[in-house]
Amino acid sequence: MLNLPLYVAQRITALLMAPLVVGHLAVMIYAIQGGLDSAEILGRTQGSLVWFLFYGTFVIAVSIHGAIGLRSVAHEWGGLKGILLELFMWLVGLALFLLGARAVWAVTYA
Amino acid sequence: MSLNTITVTIQRGSGANGEQTHTDTFDVPSYTSQTVLDVVSWVQQNADPTLSYRFACRVGMCGSCAMMVNGVPRWTCRTHMSKVLVNNAVMIEPLRNLPVIKDLVVDMDPFFDKWVAAEGVHHGALSREDPIASIDTSSDSRTQANAGIECINCSVCYSACDTVTANEDYLGPAALQRAWTLLNDVKDEGRKTILDAVSGSGGCHNCHSMGSCTVYCPNELDPMSAIAGLKRETAKRFFARRK
Repeated sequence: MLNLPLYVAQRITALLMAPLVVGHLAVMIYAIQGGLDSAEILGRTQGSLVWFLFYGTFVIAVSIHGAIGLRSVAHEWGGLKGILLELFMWLVGLALFLLGARAVWAVTYA
Repeated sequence: MSLNTITVTIQRGSGANGEQTHTDTFDVPSYTSQTVLDVVSWVQQNADPTLSYRFACRVGMCGSCAMMVNGVPRWTCRTHMSKVLVNNAVMIEPLRNLPVIKDLVVDMDPFFDKWVAAEGVHHGALSREDPIASIDTSSDSRTQANAGIECINCSVCYSACDTVTANEDYLGPAALQRAWTLLNDVKDEGRKTILDAVSGSGGCHNCHSMGSCTVYCPNELDPMSAIAGLKRETAKRFFARRK
């Protein structure tokens, strides 16, 4: 059920996510030194184009990567096929994107 | 002849047309160096002549006699009973992932149809008038081609593959390995055809690299790495097209 374009999209988004995950974890460890404080976090992210692009890219990569991965699971374990399978992939991708984009917007420019 | 016996349980029937498969159990005399195929043949010749099974060469060349032995796909003619006996008993079933015709005989058509669908056929460009193509035996591509050339089409890898179980369109390890072998063979001119054939919805990109094919291949071939090679070549072509 996985053709070449989907395979390439999933691998490229994996390549994108690897450094982003490392950056995310590194900042998490750095940020909790001296306690977790929402004001401190928002102070870093609000109005920041860098963090908007960092987590914006992350959200787009996760939406594509996760949707394609769950498509394989839905087909192989759930038996979904044809138009239902396509619909499932797009809905998962869209839902992940909306949830992530809303969070990124909330901590940067909202 | 030893008086010792072993307990052999064999799956019977086809499961088709609403019929339930069942198992029959036989006590079979035990010999030294006895193979699983010896045991199945003993049952057919001495206990139940209606038992259906398939074999031809008995020496690991023809790929006809593969069966599930204690849940594991094996070439039965070259599997010693001493290797598979558990508490002096063994369970023998037809190969997994293929329709059962009767007892231990499966329909190999889906396996060979996918072999052709993966373009595992020769794509020649020369006629009999042309000189024989010269082969550089030390080249990388020849080394890759040689690695998979001893496949005997036994379907053990196809039967071992969980991706085949879950995804009926998946071409499977044997067909894809043959495609990779031909892709690396300088005598084969079907590069584009092969790469197109393995890039579809049942193609090499469905492989999860779980590696059962490589673990269970009786000839110790490595279909998983062959499939990884196809993934690399198709991805390279994907980007080359867009330059």
